[in-house]
Amino acid sequence: MTLWHIVLIASIACVALKLAGYAVPPHWLEKPAAARTADLLTVALLAALIAVQTLGAGQALVVDARVPALAVAALLYWLRVPFLVVVIAAAVVAALLRLWTGMA
Amino acid sequence: MGVATAAYGVSFGALAVAAGLDVWQACVLSLFMFTGGSQFALVGILASGGVAAGGTAIASAALLGVRNAAYGMRMKPVVGATSWWKTAGAAWLTIDESTAVALAQEDPAARRRGFWVTGIVVYLGWNLTTLVGALIGDLLGDTRAYGLDAAAAAAFLGLIWPRLKSHQTIAVACAAAVVAAALTPVVAPGMPVLAAALVAVLVGTTNLLGRRTAREATP
Repeated sequence: MTLWHIVLIASIACVALKLAGYAVPPHWLEKPAAARTADLLTVALLAALIAVQTLGAGQALVVDARVPALAVAALLYWLRVPFLVVVIAAAVVAALLRLWTGMA
Repeated sequence: MGVATAAYGVSFGALAVAAGLDVWQACVLSLFMFTGGSQFALVGILASGGVAAGGTAIASAALLGVRNAAYGMRMKPVVGATSWWKTAGAAWLTIDESTAVALAQEDPAARRRGFWVTGIVVYLGWNLTTLVGALIGDLLGDTRAYGLDAAAAAAFLGLIWPRLKSHQTIAVACAAAVVAAALTPVVAPGMPVLAAALVAVLVGTTNLLGRRTAREATP
């Protein structure tokens, strides 16, 4: 499998899901458990991605400059700072820690 | 909303290139897949596991795309599609933003207009800013020195932040993060994220920690 295969297969899967929403009978979603699970799925996957993106280094877990950067990001979101500012701030915190302290 | 979308687009383009995609591949994702959460998930897993994690990257992107199917069911009576190609176009433009704007309107005409205008404007902006971000990422080179790996985590946190409104969603987010971190050393890259999805299925079907909805409460 090449990167192009991955890009195209994933795109087809996501477009197929969008089309499926218009093709299946609407009463499927009226079951509260189905709607709830669809919502929670988004939350669980994003939270898992945050954990892996913050602590993962291949198959190892490491605490490095990403952890304080994420803490700063959480504080800024809590203060209702706009998305782009938060993302840049997180990058700057990690970059400066690496530059000044030699943190990994 | 325009500024927020532009920010996501630039972030996505830069992170996609940092994950090893080329500028074309980043743009193809925004042109065809066109659903931010899935796109971020795909490049996030490819960044940690490379092409070897392709299967789990695709599965994670698809699972994050499930909510678009749910939106589609809600939008079908709203969009006023009279032909198959309009239905296909509406499906393509069915994302968080177009659904949210449509549902915020009162009368059917405003809902239809809100859906289509938002969908088309976000589509154009998302693709333009993805290209800009990918070109920036291409220029940066060593992305870790610029903290782009930390920026990716912060971007995911930004996607999840508005959803953390109930005890149930916060509990699911924490449990999923713990499961993913705990499994990282023992299973192949990408698998920890998929395993964490099981937390959502478990809590979603049993409604653990959740309020009973009006529909369930009525006998």
